[in-house]
Amino acid sequence: MLKQTEGSRAVAEAVALCRPEVICAYPISPQTHIVEALGEMVKDGSLAPCEFINVESEFAAMSVAIGASAAGARSYTATASQGLLYMAEAVYNASGLGLPIVMTVANRSIGAPINIWNDHSDALSQRDSGWLQLFAETNQEALDLHIQAFRLAEELSLPVMVCMDGFILTHAYERVDMPTQAQVDAYLPTYEPRQVLDPADPVSIGAMVGPEAFMEVRYLAHAKQLQALERIPAFAAEFRQIFGRDSGGLTHTYRTEDAETIIVAMGSVLGTIKDVVDEMREEGHRIGVLGITLFRPFPIARVREGLQGAKRVVVLEKSMAIGLGGILSTNVRMALSGLHMHGYTVIAGLGGRAITKKSLHGLFREAGQDALESVTFLDLDWNMVNKQLEREKAHRRSGPVAENLLRDVGVVAARNY
Amino acid sequence: MFQVRIHGRGGQGVVTAAEMLSVAAFDEGRHAQAFPSFGSERMGAPVVAFCRISDREIRLREPIMEPDAIIIQDPTLLHQVDVFAGLKQDGYILINTNKTFDQLGLGDMIRDWRQERLCTVPAMELALKHVGRPVPNVPLLGGFAAIAGVLKIESVIKAISERFSGKVAAGNIAAASEAYAIVIAEMEAARRKENQHA
Repeated sequence: MLKQTEGSRAVAEAVALCRPEVICAYPISPQTHIVEALGEMVKDGSLAPCEFINVESEFAAMSVAIGASAAGARSYTATASQGLLYMAEAVYNASGLGLPIVMTVANRSIGAPINIWNDHSDALSQRDSGWLQLFAETNQEALDLHIQAFRLAEELSLPVMVCMDGFILTHAYERVDMPTQAQVDAYLPTYEPRQVLDPADPVSIGAMVGPEAFMEVRYLAHAKQLQALERIPAFAAEFRQIFGRDSGGLTHTYRTEDAETIIVAMGSVLGTIKDVVDEMREEGHRIGVLGITLFRPFPIARVREGLQGAKRVVVLEKSMAIGLGGILSTNVRMALSGLHMHGYTVIAGLGGRAITKKSLHGLFREAGQDALESVTFLDLDWNMVNKQLEREKAHRRSGPVAENLLRDVGVVAARNY
Repeated sequence: MFQVRIHGRGGQGVVTAAEMLSVAAFDEGRHAQAFPSFGSERMGAPVVAFCRISDREIRLREPIMEPDAIIIQDPTLLHQVDVFAGLKQDGYILINTNKTFDQLGLGDMIRDWRQERLCTVPAMELALKHVGRPVPNVPLLGGFAAIAGVLKIESVIKAISERFSGKVAAGNIAAASEAYAIVIAEMEAARRKENQHA
């Protein structure tokens, strides 16, 4: 049914349709609306049987999800930013133990300096944790990916992170097509655990493994993630059959046929990029987009296939490998090994900096003339940067960077408008 | 695509107003996208929310920098925030006030503007009268339906009854309807005046 609703609300309703049995959560912006809505549904009985567990921290949230999942319950949680970092040890445990937990990450930057706005630093900090990672472009895709995530997680016995841009998607009201319970039931079978703590058939989960077998356990985690590369297109095809729309998959291409320049990106910024691409196509630029839906496992072959005809690739990412450049772009480079083409990394939108059509027009034009630096920071205020660098040169006790910069811009508190 | 930016203060229902606009547009079968300015909102702090309305799917995710219309829920913001930033020439302006544009010190800015696109409505008084609470957001939506002609007042009323129930819904509907009538009358007066000049 079509409805106009908030992204968080849409995801909460989709999660509820998946019949989770345990939801544990600790509130943190911009994820909070999702678990608030689920908490209400459990309380008013519309989501039953389901236990909603208020925990004392994100570490506890993931620990409870691990326990619940090991006991055979379909388990869900959500977090963001520092919350994800705080649960990091348990995040690795969930995947190491092979427990099919589904978690929403409402993408938000990581401090310090503290910042509540959107970028992809939080999820990407856990890229090597062994979780599958899916990135939603729209609220429709966010809710669809949650339904696919439970299917995928339980089939492979691996945890899945569904990433959606904090505020930009979570707090946006837009049109979504909410599936029916019957559709979700037809798509998502009852949870049949591959391993379960069952008093009638006791096992232990979580043994210590020494050098004799640790590498093999790790290799199997890798091999299992690679299996997802084959399963996901099939799950997406089945999704299309039942729900009547394309959602999920490995990557999405847009106007890449005959494109000389291809922009690679993840998440909601793809929409803005597509608008710019349409306008530039009208002017005769041969430009297209490759959106990455699945970041882990990274669909190397598909990315290579999608990009190999281009003259240049611009990876625009809301994340940063400090001391190297980009994270997404480093992954994309792996897929382009041996191909001769120009490759550019663009860091954009960190900490909620708006990514505007105007800036993208300028950026893509420069890229088309191969006039971009290999690593570019979109809309960086160089005056602000240089002023601080000079200050540091001039005074040893130059003061805290964040406070200095805020003083330079003349704001007393953070804002993005 | 029609783009609206709403300025107000934390607690005045700025975000709710943008969301309800999007619901009203959805009810008319259109695509709409509403989103807040993503701040850590505090009671009384300046807040901005946005709404895009279009006949096609809306993919754009940038903040609205060149609005077609601006709704100002709190006139004290006029001297604190650049509320008119990027407003298109002859864009629509709707302000919650019982003063005139001249009295608000905006006379110079709007001298060459199309007068019927500049409206004020005493939304705070209407809210107090009909709802009993100083929340000007919903009456202003009624005024918006009149000024911009993008949405029907019936759709705004439908969105109100989807969001609220009982007495609060009834009060808000009455307030929005009165605001609608006030703005329609203002626009007609402005048009008459312009015709006299012409």
